[in-house]
Amino acid sequence: MSILILAEHDNISLKEITLTAVTAASQIGGDIDLLVAGENCHAVAEMAAKVSGVNRVRVADHACYKGLLAENITALIKSLSNDYSHIMAPATTGGKNILPRVAAALDVSHFSEIINVESADTFKRTIYAGNAIATVQSDDPIKVITVRGTAFELSETNGSATIEMLTEVHDLGLSSFVSENVAVSERPELTSAGIVISGGRGMQNGENFSMLEKVADKLGAAVGASRAAVDAGFVPNDMQVGQTGKIVAPDLYIAVGISGAIQHLAGMKDSKVIVAINKDPDAPIHQVADYGLVADLFDAVPELEQSL
Amino acid sequence: MKILVMVKRVTDPNVTVRVNADNSAVDLNNVKMAINPFCEIAIEEAVRLKEAGIASEVIALSIGASQSQEQLRTALAVGADRAILIEADSTLEPIAVAKLASKVIEEEQPGLVILGKQSIDTDNSQTGQMLASIMGWSQGTFASKVDIEGDKLNITREVDTGLQSLSLKLPAVVTCDLRLNEPRFASLPNIMKAKRKPLEIKAAEEYGIDLTPRINMLKVEEPSARQSGEILSSVSELVEKLKTEKGVI
Repeated sequence: MSILILAEHDNISLKEITLTAVTAASQIGGDIDLLVAGENCHAVAEMAAKVSGVNRVRVADHACYKGLLAENITALIKSLSNDYSHIMAPATTGGKNILPRVAAALDVSHFSEIINVESADTFKRTIYAGNAIATVQSDDPIKVITVRGTAFELSETNGSATIEMLTEVHDLGLSSFVSENVAVSERPELTSAGIVISGGRGMQNGENFSMLEKVADKLGAAVGASRAAVDAGFVPNDMQVGQTGKIVAPDLYIAVGISGAIQHLAGMKDSKVIVAINKDPDAPIHQVADYGLVADLFDAVPELEQSL
Repeated sequence: MKILVMVKRVTDPNVTVRVNADNSAVDLNNVKMAINPFCEIAIEEAVRLKEAGIASEVIALSIGASQSQEQLRTALAVGADRAILIEADSTLEPIAVAKLASKVIEEEQPGLVILGKQSIDTDNSQTGQMLASIMGWSQGTFASKVDIEGDKLNITREVDTGLQSLSLKLPAVVTCDLRLNEPRFASLPNIMKAKRKPLEIKAAEEYGIDLTPRINMLKVEEPSARQSGEILSSVSELVEKLKTEKGVI
């Protein structure tokens, strides 16, 4: 078996979530290659070569891969696909955008966001907002898979893979990158933070999220939000935790003013310790929380910040 | 320009489903069904493009069980002009759905196809990307803003790091994220009018596509439940517990 993993990166550094896909791949077994596609992404390739378990880093460096355009990256992966039994990517917005297109180009089915490797052709994934876990198997000649980052450990980074430059350019001219508006934050990334503090509709407005930010800064935490808070326009969508947002599983998750709809629970219920601060004792969030505080968040959150 | 919108019948998002007794599937008996929330956003966007004079006709397409007619009627009630149902076993995989949709595209020649970014039952997020792939079209997934200028589609996408703007060549496939628009409710007169709009029903077998599932569902289980926790009386007690009992802060 041989596995190709599409690396997640920003042309400057390799994103940590790629290491979780490498762990999933190593559970499948076989040679693992990382594909680094981007523009001026040599630094990423150097980092990728250090990931333990990786055999070879294949680099496609060209302007047409900037922004990981699905059309061009798919053509690139398809051109390499004969060498592989599995094509994988972390289940980021990048992986989710590209790999279904790759699967259709190869006329195979696609496993979205697996949470466990049972064998080389059998995996587990969640369905119905995490209310059920399906064990799924396929006989397709190539398995195309995205991997949920929170379900796998990070692989080590003491390897030394070879770096190969791919020279053939796959520019279909269907799409072009215009710009990127990256949310800049000093805080850790939501999906890899050890502690996450999230606010819901109970926060009442976007300004009040500054209370959560103060707590986050004392704890070195990331700040998230429920879909209700995003829908209400309090905060941007890249902060959304849940079925249709990001999946997180930190050591500590603090849910503030969040009722605990199933769609939100789908994104955080694998957190190690869950704290709920909600004045409604019947809010469903209290049922999944290790510690519940039935209190007005506007009193409890400043008090929490003071006591840290 | 015609716009094709895809609509899926799914379990109501407010319903918590249960796994059936023999662990073979999720029990959907007597479960309330609804239109997939992301598909509502897709219909709304198509209707707005028609209202803006960019689209000439909005066609709603559903591929699935016969009862999906209900969801197509909803689409017609909020402004789609006509509907097509390809009747099939509802467990069709995204690759099969995308292939069937590509046949409808060949017949109807839309300039744009709009779908939800994922359905809330299987949580795949595959069909739009697969359809674009089969057609050889550009794709704009997780859209929060769409602008059409001549033969170009400028799209803003919700990505993990923030927002990404792309320029796509039409025809294209777009999948909707939450913030693209706020879907309207159907008014009673429009619900009545929708009953008279054309809804064509075809059988999936007519298209001569291999629809055999490639993925075998071996088992479906309930996730392990979390141990119920405790309600604390004060912030100081909480901080103490997090420090000493759990050691997480």
